[in-house]
Amino acid sequence: MSTLEIRSLRKKYGSLEILKGIDITLEKGGFLVLVGPSGCGKSTLLNSIAGLESITSGEIRIGGQVVNDLHPSKRDIAMVFQSYALYPNMSVGENMAFGMEMRGVPKPERDKAVAAVAKTLQLEHLLDRRPSQLSGGQRQRVAMGRALVRQPQVFLFDEPLSNLDAKLRVDMRIEIKRLHQQTGTTIVYVTHDQIEAMTLATKIAVLKDGELQQVGSPYEIYNSPSNLFVADFMGSPAMNLLEGKITGANGARQILIDRRDHAPIVLPVPSSADATRLSEGANVIFGIRPEAVNDMESIDRNAKSVVTFDATVEIVEPAGADTYVVTRAAGKEMTARMRAETPVAVGQTHTFAFNLDKALLFDPQTSRRI
Amino acid sequence: MTAAADRLAAPSRSPARHSATTRVVIYGLLIAFAILYVAPLVVMVMTSLKPLDEVTGGNMFYWPQHLTLEPWTKAWGTTCVGLTCEGIKGYVWNSVKMVIPAVLISSLLGALNGYVLTKWRFPGHKLVFGMMLFACFIPFQSVLIPMATILGRLGAIGQELTDATGFSFGFGNPTVNLVLVHVVYGLGFTTLFFRNYYETFPTELVKAAQIDGAGFFQIFRRILLPNSAPIFIVTVIYQFTNIWNDFLFGSTFAAGDAAPMTVALYNIVNTSTGVIEYNVNMAAAIIAAAPTLVVYIVAGRYFVRGLMAGAVKG
Repeated sequence: MSTLEIRSLRKKYGSLEILKGIDITLEKGGFLVLVGPSGCGKSTLLNSIAGLESITSGEIRIGGQVVNDLHPSKRDIAMVFQSYALYPNMSVGENMAFGMEMRGVPKPERDKAVAAVAKTLQLEHLLDRRPSQLSGGQRQRVAMGRALVRQPQVFLFDEPLSNLDAKLRVDMRIEIKRLHQQTGTTIVYVTHDQIEAMTLATKIAVLKDGELQQVGSPYEIYNSPSNLFVADFMGSPAMNLLEGKITGANGARQILIDRRDHAPIVLPVPSSADATRLSEGANVIFGIRPEAVNDMESIDRNAKSVVTFDATVEIVEPAGADTYVVTRAAGKEMTARMRAETPVAVGQTHTFAFNLDKALLFDPQTSRRI
Repeated sequence: MTAAADRLAAPSRSPARHSATTRVVIYGLLIAFAILYVAPLVVMVMTSLKPLDEVTGGNMFYWPQHLTLEPWTKAWGTTCVGLTCEGIKGYVWNSVKMVIPAVLISSLLGALNGYVLTKWRFPGHKLVFGMMLFACFIPFQSVLIPMATILGRLGAIGQELTDATGFSFGFGNPTVNLVLVHVVYGLGFTTLFFRNYYETFPTELVKAAQIDGAGFFQIFRRILLPNSAPIFIVTVIYQFTNIWNDFLFGSTFAAGDAAPMTVALYNIVNTSTGVIEYNVNMAAAIIAAAPTLVVYIVAGRYFVRGLMAGAVKG
């Protein structure tokens, strides 16, 4: 049985529809990340699960029980907020015990529960401090402690790391992942950071304009995005999406990518695409991630289908571990992710290679993957 | 941050930027205005410490020749207010009995209004707030007669209750009436103060408390109020000063023995019999002004801090 089930959830503000029929299930111990650009409805979805916002129609079940009309405190959830939302007038210990106090748990039991969680999160020495006396990372841990103390069925995290600096964010990301592995809790996590989504999730749900674009494991989302939006949104640098045309008769179909100052690139249809759905003369979008654009030296040795082409180097971005090389195809910039030592220089012509095992085709009309 | 602070501080620190004349003009004006503001207070204090013949015979700027506290004791205990000659002590007590409940009730209700108008918004909350703001700008003279009618009704209820039970439950009591009037007309301002303060209060705290299972009043009492000290002090000072200094409502709705301090002071000064005892009048006036001065001196810096809190976040 799933811990969290959402069925055809809709939310309207007047005539404006924020969530347009969301269906998601999450099994016990799962880590669901809701990801999408600002205004896609991911926070509204999380608030609906928490009960902080009412829903227009649909059903939310937590642990099998329909919670549509239950007060947030009765839903067996705990939430970690973006600003941590620690009560400034209470000590760390009182913050963590406040929920139990409201439910009438006697003081000795409260103290025991707080002490246990404080030990897990190494907060014991901070229990008497006020939130204002803590660093960002400590506040973050207290906020998680306050959620953990309740032992809820589902944890809700609303962009919990976005107020931290870059280094601390990576540390806390690892800490959240460790916490999830140790305690086996069920988590719903909202973020707009796709690295957080990829690293933490067991399941990612990509939203756009209140509609679910794709739900799947991080591997599926990254390697088989179901449409152009998901392909473009996930991954940094973003996937190269080039306009191309289908040529050649059935059985010998090829993709032609026009270029201004070089000969067109001619490619066989990648193995990921369903060749029977292509017709001669049709426009397609050819998608390939920067790490699948290399040269012959650094291309994946196990790649079955490789195509080389010459192109002019426009920009070189050394990023330490890798060097990003920007070139041009089909009138657009195309990024290649190369070894750091690759000898390239701006203005030079370099021989690049596509690893077609990793390439995808999209229909420009429907924006779906072929 | 430090660079910006340096740049801001630089003009006042470098003497080269201001010529000597500019500084003379600036300090000259500041000193002139300081004297202008302090002079009446100095004259009041000096006059209140002189015997009456020195006041009537001499110049008011002369230093007292024979220091005496007699005007003070007379003002407090034996001077005539209207027809009774028992000083102003009873009226000071009237004012205290009226001011404390009026300030506390109007501040708490303002806080509750602010809480609802920012954290529990309902359709039409803007209209309600707009109307409460409007209450800040109603000239009090225009509400005297309707208010008198309402207080008359309450007095009638009090009379009936007294007939039935022998106790009026505060209906018709002049002090209770004044508290009611000041609470009603103070609500506009207290609501404005608290609403603007709570507008910047993080709503996530309220959501977190909801998830923790706290109810409407628990959130108000445990989360909002303990974090409202700055604006609470602003509101209390504002309300205290206004209500303590009020003359219009006091003279209209609480005549005779129940009159507040301000009305009694007017009656002392405005006596038409005998010699005008300026020294006693001055002492009584200082006593009347003292509480607001003390409140401002004690809590003044919190007042400024509280006013800033709404303006600058964090």
